[in-house]
Amino acid sequence: MSDATLDPATTAEPIVPKRKSRFRKVFSKDRKAQFGLLVLSLFVLGAILAPLIAPYDPNEMSLNMMAAPSGENMLGTDDLGRDLFSRILWGTQISLFVGVATVGLALFFGVLLGLLAGYYGGWIDMIIMRYIDLQWAFPNFIIAVYLVAVFGTGLLNVIVAIALAFLDDFARVARSMVLTLKEEQYIDAARVQGFSDMRIMLRHILPNAMAPIIVLATVSVSYAILGEATLSFLGLGVSTDTPTWGLILADGRSFISRAWWLGVFPGLAIMLVVLSINFIGDALRDALDVRETDF
Amino acid sequence: MLAYITRRLVGAALVMLAVAILVFFMIRLVPGDPIAVMLADSGSPEAREALIRRLGLDQPVIMQFWKWFTGVLHGDLGASLYGSNQPVAHILMNALPKTMSLAMLSFFVAVVIAVPAGIIAATHKNTAADAGVSLFAFLGLSMPDFWLAILLIIIFAANLQWLPAIGYTPISEGFWEWLQHLILPAIAIGTGFSAIIARMIRSSMLEVLQADYMRTAASKGLTQRVMLLRHALPNAMIPVITVVGIAFALLISGAVVVENVFSIKGLGRVLIQGIQNRDYPVVQGAVLLVSSFFVLSNLIVDLLYAVIDPRIRYS
Repeated sequence: MSDATLDPATTAEPIVPKRKSRFRKVFSKDRKAQFGLLVLSLFVLGAILAPLIAPYDPNEMSLNMMAAPSGENMLGTDDLGRDLFSRILWGTQISLFVGVATVGLALFFGVLLGLLAGYYGGWIDMIIMRYIDLQWAFPNFIIAVYLVAVFGTGLLNVIVAIALAFLDDFARVARSMVLTLKEEQYIDAARVQGFSDMRIMLRHILPNAMAPIIVLATVSVSYAILGEATLSFLGLGVSTDTPTWGLILADGRSFISRAWWLGVFPGLAIMLVVLSINFIGDALRDALDVRETDF
Repeated sequence: MLAYITRRLVGAALVMLAVAILVFFMIRLVPGDPIAVMLADSGSPEAREALIRRLGLDQPVIMQFWKWFTGVLHGDLGASLYGSNQPVAHILMNALPKTMSLAMLSFFVAVVIAVPAGIIAATHKNTAADAGVSLFAFLGLSMPDFWLAILLIIIFAANLQWLPAIGYTPISEGFWEWLQHLILPAIAIGTGFSAIIARMIRSSMLEVLQADYMRTAASKGLTQRVMLLRHALPNAMIPVITVVGIAFALLISGAVVVENVFSIKGLGRVLIQGIQNRDYPVVQGAVLLVSSFFVLSNLIVDLLYAVIDPRIRYS
């Protein structure tokens, strides 16, 4: 990092304020991260306020079919006369929820497995790592498709399927962090004081291992959103009456030669959200000083 | 080296065995009843019995697995439950060339975009060109490939009418015909992938450009062009080999989705249709095939790496 300050005054300060100021420094300079924060906040706001600000019911059909974007229907209507803007707005709720819930699940179980494997080593490590190696044998997307195929579609199944596909990434990162940190003197110190393994893992190792995990989690949210959209697009998604972005695109696909807006806007929403999260993730990587090779 | 190769080969074989077990047993958990689906109207108890016996579903699960597994080793993946009950191996072999064509062309598109972009970004670090490549990479990573596919269809097929929106012609019926059908899907898949390679080439080029031998090359009076293409690029490409393994996963996942947009009857279309029809043998076969390619490509990457970097063999 070329912009890392090395003068003794700042390095001597405790870690937390330094990180804070570093966040401010990175985010105040990074235009892309600012764009990301702004756009993502707008989408979050839109998702929360959807019931209040959506001009139409997202599933309400009308005779005004495949109308081009106009004052009446900001983004036009679909083949059943449903308002595209309202549908996309409601779809934001699903996308963001799936993104956050999926990563929350993968983070919790993945980090838990990684902590156990790295901290205890031995046969626990071996079993966990064999499982993770096995998961490596499948491309993530194929895992998700296969799980949805086996257990069926629906919100919960989609979340579990994508979370399982991401599990190994978190376990791997957490394990490698634990292996490095385990050798630190302050861990020995904690052990000598007679703290329990649980306490050492959660209070001493985990907080110091968080930087790469936070960055991975941020980027994973964007992949989870892409994954959900893709599954929905293939008809393996949440359900057929919930307007999700992937499903809106799949529904509109047959009409794109006559109604381009059906093919353009839902995808644009996906891209803007994913792009914003990636911008933020990149800035976080700088702020937390995480190398890309940590993954 | 031989010991390392043996170890990796045995490892890969064990992983494949585990994959086969997992694929076989997981699909037994499917909630829907394929027999009920298949018989639709004519669901008499006798017909049901006959079908169960024909599919071997009356035998213990272990026996079913053993029969299936020995079949797989002989290239027999069972028969589709639908239509004319074609052998699964036959269906997959028909689909494979399409997916392979598509994956290779996508890879080509990705390299054609990524190599120049990565070099320009590295040699013009912190300029507008670098920022442009970085933005392109972000966009490429954030754009769903099926959306890009739809955009390409809207522009090049629906409006300009330059290229067909659906279908596939084998290369044996003419290179141009083949290319016309595949170029849009290949761009849709390759763009996201090119973003990843471009970033890798940029960062590894930046490292290589600092190397002593580059200074030596410069002091010998070599031209910028020779320095970049003959000295920097080959060395910068070494870490890029790791993405070949990831590449396969990305290209296959891309193909699964994009084939469905362009109605190309490749592995992806076969897989998704199999899922929709609850056609167990087809889904099993497709997932098994994709996974074995993936294991194989990871194995090749590992071996290549061991050739390039001897330290890996001994770790």
